[in-house]
Amino acid sequence: MGEIEKSMVEMKEAPEGYEGRGFFATKLDSVIGMARSNSLWPLPFATSCCGIEFMATASTNYDLARFGMERMSFSPRQADLLMVMGTIAKKMGPVLKQVYDQMAEPKWVLSVGACASSGGIFDTYSVLQGIDNVIPVDVYVPGCPPRPEQILEGVMKIQELAKSESLRRRNSDEYKRMLEGYNIEVSK
Amino acid sequence: MSDVKKKENHHLVSEDTIDGEIATLNLGPTHPATHGVFQNVLKIDGEKILSAEPTIGYIHRAFEKLAERRPFNQITTITDRLNYCSSPINNIGWQLTVEKLAGIEVPKKVDYMRVIIMELARVADHLVCNSVIGVDTGALTGFTYMFQERERIYDLFEEVCGARLTTNIGRIGGFERDFSPKFYKKLDEFLEGFPARFAEFDSLLTRNRIFMDRVIGAGPITPEDAIDYGFTGPNLRAAGVDYDVRVMNPYCSYEDFEFDVPIGKDGDTYDRYMVRMEEIRESLRIIHQAIDKMPEGLHHADVPDFFLPEKEDVYTSMEALIYHFKIVMGETKIPEGEVYFAVEGGNGELGYHLISDGGRTPYRLHFRRPCFIYYQAYPEMIKGSLISDAILTLSSLNVIAGELDA
Amino acid sequence: MRSPEQQEIINAVLTAHKELILNSEELYDITSIELSKENLIPFVEDLKTNHGFGFLTDLTVVHYPDNSGRELCGSYLIHNWMKNVRLRLKVYISIEDNHLPSLTPLFRTSNWLEREAFDNFGIIYDNHPDLRRILNMDEMDYHPLLKQYALEDETRKDKDDTFFGR
Repeated sequence: MGEIEKSMVEMKEAPEGYEGRGFFATKLDSVIGMARSNSLWPLPFATSCCGIEFMATASTNYDLARFGMERMSFSPRQADLLMVMGTIAKKMGPVLKQVYDQMAEPKWVLSVGACASSGGIFDTYSVLQGIDNVIPVDVYVPGCPPRPEQILEGVMKIQELAKSESLRRRNSDEYKRMLEGYNIEVSK
Repeated sequence: MSDVKKKENHHLVSEDTIDGEIATLNLGPTHPATHGVFQNVLKIDGEKILSAEPTIGYIHRAFEKLAERRPFNQITTITDRLNYCSSPINNIGWQLTVEKLAGIEVPKKVDYMRVIIMELARVADHLVCNSVIGVDTGALTGFTYMFQERERIYDLFEEVCGARLTTNIGRIGGFERDFSPKFYKKLDEFLEGFPARFAEFDSLLTRNRIFMDRVIGAGPITPEDAIDYGFTGPNLRAAGVDYDVRVMNPYCSYEDFEFDVPIGKDGDTYDRYMVRMEEIRESLRIIHQAIDKMPEGLHHADVPDFFLPEKEDVYTSMEALIYHFKIVMGETKIPEGEVYFAVEGGNGELGYHLISDGGRTPYRLHFRRPCFIYYQAYPEMIKGSLISDAILTLSSLNVIAGELDA
Repeated sequence: MRSPEQQEIINAVLTAHKELILNSEELYDITSIELSKENLIPFVEDLKTNHGFGFLTDLTVVHYPDNSGRELCGSYLIHNWMKNVRLRLKVYISIEDNHLPSLTPLFRTSNWLEREAFDNFGIIYDNHPDLRRILNMDEMDYHPLLKQYALEDETRKDKDDTFFGR
């Protein structure tokens, strides 16, 4: 019985710390990082074909829920991770920026697919050549459309970023300068 | 198709306004219920919709201009992205158009192979639409069951062409290789297990009291209005008009197969749902017939001008090398002409209007996209109904954003 | 292969309006009829009421920049379901006088199709209830599908043409 349990269940590594009888001392950063990375609430901003691959990723075969993303949040105010999946046309750019602005810090952006990362096969007058023209992006997942396994790897990279992020990063000057570079208003 | 007694104006509330105030509600372009990016600005009184103004173009990717830049065999990748839930149908439709332009006759075996792939794609498309109708009424289980079936169909496509969703399947003149025995084995397993699992999905929704009360009477359309607005496909058949391109202008040997065309009565959401369920069953029937009667032959037509030669020949024979060079560099001789070809896509008559001037790229390629044409009728269909019914009508119309904007 | 019945309908259309038809040709299996823009509405109305052509399948525009005086061609595809006959109607107009009558009173499906043609080619449809851009951004100031405009975005500065072979 014990062997079966051991082989099917993987225990998450606890962060580095000092353990004693009845207490465990570690850095606040590590605990918060671990909690955040395993309970991200994604906002699926699905526009086209990559959106269908996302639906397949969220379904039973490639389950996204086991990464803690059971609850999709369609309201930007309650979301942590903006997953942009599909082509973003120039008409949609302001909408995307508005959704990004409405999200509360800390927030991460995952750009899924070739169209969101760089315009993809559509080098035309009406397609935004990459969403990093309007919002800062953390992880790019290439593919047209990327396989669900690739989307999951992108999600896992975001989880690593969330786990190792310093708590002061969002208030630092460097971050504020980066946001100003995108014309995003930094609220005090 | 609905034998439940429909109450008169069941989904329309009374004519008097509740408190005399008309509010404006913006639905979209990012909204959990709009599957795709389109916006509707609704004028509502309480929850009753007085008028709607749709805005589209949020995913306009300029396919028609892009097609003027690409050689004929590279346009298949663009047609993939039109109705991306059933991309093989778009691909094969394009190949049939070019074959009509160039006067290429394909062997019967290619026709039957194409029919199997197209009907699988049709099943996949209808599965998405019906599961999503379930999701919008709150029934998520059907969605998880049917996406498992879609994974099995993806497996079949991957066996043929290597890709799951945007398949770029086949070539002008046929297929790049014959179906392998592994494909037939997987197809047989799929066909054996699918009816039982589909019956499970059916039992969740079709005669479910809550589902029926919600969708019967939501978003109806009369047959005359539907024809006037240019409806085709399952939405038109739900209104009672039996126009199916496979029957009226058979292509790809569809006249060899025996299948029925299901039609509805009232044109409401329940009828659209039921027509798609029945069409899935008809598609399975067609696939069975195609496998049983599959003829012997080559998996492509003998057109060295369009169909890439085998790689061994390219390395050894001079002729094959020259043909390969000409096809890849886009130097083949394409006849001049203007042709229109229509296939029965997942949403209706998908037409390709191709004007060629003998150059390596089309002079003009216009897609007759069914979604774009029937979405115009949406404000008319939801006038006077509740917001929740408007959402259901939208998802039952199966509006795919890629086909809407192109 | 056209059946005798179908050919009969086409002959009936061609003879009943001999004076309106400028010329006609066979494009693969569809007969194409050229009209002038003043005769378009009466011709289509007659097709709809007397010859059974009750479905407008498609409406599009083609730009021929080299035919002076006949640069833009409005192309309509109309379908008779009872006898399965398709007809293509073409109206040529010049690029300076780019007006065409709107078919919205006859077929409500032409509403958005004409808006798309306006958006992409700049053709103004008289009597259209709501002629404005549909697919492109409202702020766009040119009609992109005309042949003189490029496919790519002209205002991009980050793409180096030497690497992209343009």
